[in-house]
Amino acid sequence: MTSKNAVNISLPNGPAAAALLAGGIGAAALGILTTLSEASANIANALRWSVAVGPLSGKVGAAVIIYLVSWAILHYAWRGKNVNFNQVATVTFILLAIGLLGTFPPVFELFAPE
Amino acid sequence: MQVTGREVWTIIHGMGFGAIFLLAFAGGLAELYSMRPEWMTAEGMKTRVSRMKTGLWVMAATVWLTVISGSFIVYPWYRAAPPEGTADLTNFPRSLLLSQPTTAGWHTFGMEWKEHVGWLAPIAATVVAAIVSYYGPEISRRLGERRVVTIFFVIAFLSAAIAGAFGAFITKAAPLQ
Repeated sequence: MTSKNAVNISLPNGPAAAALLAGGIGAAALGILTTLSEASANIANALRWSVAVGPLSGKVGAAVIIYLVSWAILHYAWRGKNVNFNQVATVTFILLAIGLLGTFPPVFELFAPE
Repeated sequence: MQVTGREVWTIIHGMGFGAIFLLAFAGGLAELYSMRPEWMTAEGMKTRVSRMKTGLWVMAATVWLTVISGSFIVYPWYRAAPPEGTADLTNFPRSLLLSQPTTAGWHTFGMEWKEHVGWLAPIAATVVAAIVSYYGPEISRRLGERRVVTIFFVIAFLSAAIAGAFGAFITKAAPLQ
């Protein structure tokens, strides 16, 4: 017998975990690319996908591509499966922290050449 | 009274897309917080989740449009280098800010942070929309997932709020004209 409040848990959590982890990977990619671009003029030049926008175009462009590709791969790998969501969430928050720190000027400027 | 094309795009970027996302956040957060099975019937949950999915995807689309318009339309005008020998830097906000020690921080800290951290907002908002859409009403019974989604939603808001606040301050210090 089910009450009218009943909402069953039936879906595998893999696709949700894939979306979450991909978000963390995208955030970390942005932080790492921002820091690398600050540390190396060669990398900054390689990321200058648009002359008008400068290296920011490559940093955000590459981060978004990494985010979407990792989401697609993880979704494919985890579709129909259950994974340890807490573990995925922990890794995601670590990656998110890398993204937040790597985009914070006092942090990425530490890597700037003298 | 005159509004230039650049000012129109600045308004679309900040007061349009950006403000819609920031204003919608409180409603989205309240919906997420109140998504508890003990507070509503399964039928009520279905209606609410359907409304939430639409709202969250609209918010995600809006914040993607905010960062894309900001980085690829407005930002090139901001960072344009003045021709050599230009004395009046009014139309070159980045150079104008860097020309004075009292305003340089708006670029070296404010814009540098804004232009990067703002891009975390659409990624985080998309994660939230995707997970809520995937689970549907079932999200109400998944406490761990709901908590993680709420944290991501707050991070999306804070990233957008930091970018928006610095955008307003920088525009005040060196407006795009």
